Amino acid sequence: MSIFVDERTKVVVQGLTGGQGRFHGLRNRDYGTQVVGGVTPGKGGSDVEGIPVFDTMTEAVEATGADASFVVVPPRFACDAILEAAVAGISFIVCITEGIPAQDEALTYNRLKREFPQVRLLGPNCPGIISPGKTNIGITSGDIAMAGGPVGIVSRSGTLTYQALYELSQQGIGQTTCVGIGGDPVPGTNFIDCLEAFEADPDTRAVMMIGEIGGSEEERAAEFIGAHVTKPIVAYIAGVTAPPGRKMGHAGAIISGSQGTAKAKMEALEAVGVAVVANPTEAGERMVEVVRALG
Amino acid sequence: MDLYEYQGKQYFHRFGIPTSPGGVADTVEEAVVQADEAGYPVVVKAQVKVGGRGKAGGIKLANDPGEVRQHAGAILGLDIKGHVVKRLWIEHASDIAREYYASFTLDRPNKLHLGMLSKEGGVDIEEVAATNPDAIAKLHIDPVEGLSQEAAHRWVAEADLDEAARDEAATVLVRLYHCFVEGDCDLAEINPLILTTDGRVHALDAKVTLDENAAYRHPEWEELAGTDTDDEREKMAKERGLNYIGLSGSVGIIANGAGLAMSTLDVVTQVGGSAANFLDIGGGANAAIMASAMEVINADPAVRSIFVNIFGGITKVDEVAKGIIEALERVEIRSPIVLRLDGTNAVEGRALLAPHLSDRLMAESTMLGGARRAVALAGEATQ
Repeated sequence: MSIFVDERTKVVVQGLTGGQGRFHGLRNRDYGTQVVGGVTPGKGGSDVEGIPVFDTMTEAVEATGADASFVVVPPRFACDAILEAAVAGISFIVCITEGIPAQDEALTYNRLKREFPQVRLLGPNCPGIISPGKTNIGITSGDIAMAGGPVGIVSRSGTLTYQALYELSQQGIGQTTCVGIGGDPVPGTNFIDCLEAFEADPDTRAVMMIGEIGGSEEERAAEFIGAHVTKPIVAYIAGVTAPPGRKMGHAGAIISGSQGTAKAKMEALEAVGVAVVANPTEAGERMVEVVRALG
Repeated sequence: MDLYEYQGKQYFHRFGIPTSPGGVADTVEEAVVQADEAGYPVVVKAQVKVGGRGKAGGIKLANDPGEVRQHAGAILGLDIKGHVVKRLWIEHASDIAREYYASFTLDRPNKLHLGMLSKEGGVDIEEVAATNPDAIAKLHIDPVEGLSQEAAHRWVAEADLDEAARDEAATVLVRLYHCFVEGDCDLAEINPLILTTDGRVHALDAKVTLDENAAYRHPEWEELAGTDTDDEREKMAKERGLNYIGLSGSVGIIANGAGLAMSTLDVVTQVGGSAANFLDIGGGANAAIMASAMEVINADPAVRSIFVNIFGGITKVDEVAKGIIEALERVEIRSPIVLRLDGTNAVEGRALLAPHLSDRLMAESTMLGGARRAVALAGEATQ
């Protein structure tokens, strides 16, 4: 099984006629994803290599029965695109757009939560989701993934998501689903959402978690793991040697306290039994041992 | 983007948040002119983007032009925690009855706006937060609802601000919230927010961090920009729009994505080397950006090898390859380059680079292998 999406998921690409939308939308289709339509206002009635283009999400959903969307539009249009998808009845939205103002993200997240509680947003500023052999929604190279499980991946960093997939595939370990949650201030889906779904998925037998410095998502995930996750987890936190980031005045210091450093995150995860490793390659190697021990 | 105090106060003005009359000065003479205009006594304040200015001698009271000369002369050029003072803010000194603290920021875990208000503001707010967190009244605000005047009134009462301050403080808080939201701040903070002896409430300091992602809808921010780094490498990178942080090692790093770039620093350190920089070329980087990145790294005299670690997603490896070839044609790269290229269009990218490979431009198939090679080339120990 996979989490959030599978081979039946029907995707509309919002921004299909743009350069990136076309490239990645077609690549997703080539992978086997059901890319059933695209939306670009003013270009309804045309098509991109046989994929019909609509003016609005509502038209696209009515015509295709889509249940997911892939938002690949510039930052100033992205939040409207997300809300348009929700209004049209889409239940799973992947937004890869980088550079959306934090205030817009916070507003959009809370509007979705109030008005469309059944909608799951992945991102913004994330690489998307891939369930190898079933579907690929986003900008991940499908050829670095390997079908068959038993490992689920959840990662905050885009490029480290690819690195994690690559390391596991190199070791001959397949993935059930790989979710890139993105590193923006207000992610629609967080570590805990993914860990909960992996815990419930019978085919996922171990989880690789890739975090990075800043914020407190990893610490919160550690609390959740301690209370609710029985499956083995291997974690890598990027940024042990990174220069100290911008300190957000007193307010930042007050909220985060000692949280946010790689060390604090690693200690929090180790304390709940997670195997914390020093780099992505070690993460792959350690997962070999974990999977072998599962029998 | 962090603002200086004077820029923060100017930004507050746009939203109607009261501050003391004052102006900026870059010389002692300008300081006297500004002090005469603001009216004595005045406060001479160092403009640096670091806390603890007062304790470092960067804030002084002056009663007449002679004292302004004396203090301005002493503060200009002062080194405060590595920040050399080049500009002063001179403002009329307030008669302070009480000092409060107020701020708005984003509470990332709860995905809500967070307001913090305390009647114990001033220089020791961090200590207050650590030792007596109950002295800070926290207010979570749903961005969909915003902060109403009524909610602000309840909040100032909850924080137990002096009765005389409550009405004006509530108004200032609502305005500060507008500044935070419509002004696209990551942080809007006033410490101290003061009650004067004649019963007025205004901002005595301003700490504002702007969200650079919102720059497209704030043309007024252009005048606030400008580099405040003394690192020549960082200036050069900023001019080229690169996300670069200078470090002190000898392995130049170019990676795509902040996570992979940070991880590359980690791995270079783990194999016994040290990175000369952090450089994230970002998502969807094209050949021109890659070529600029190569030039910035090349200009760093401490760099002895360059490790290019790219895992393409939205960034296409063939574009990166074109950038490397372009840079090699445009400038003479002093250091040997180790490439590790994977992901989107990696096959095409590697094919483009194949005819250029030499003992100055080498390909490695893994991140760890690439790091080891680059560290060895830089003449540093390997594990």
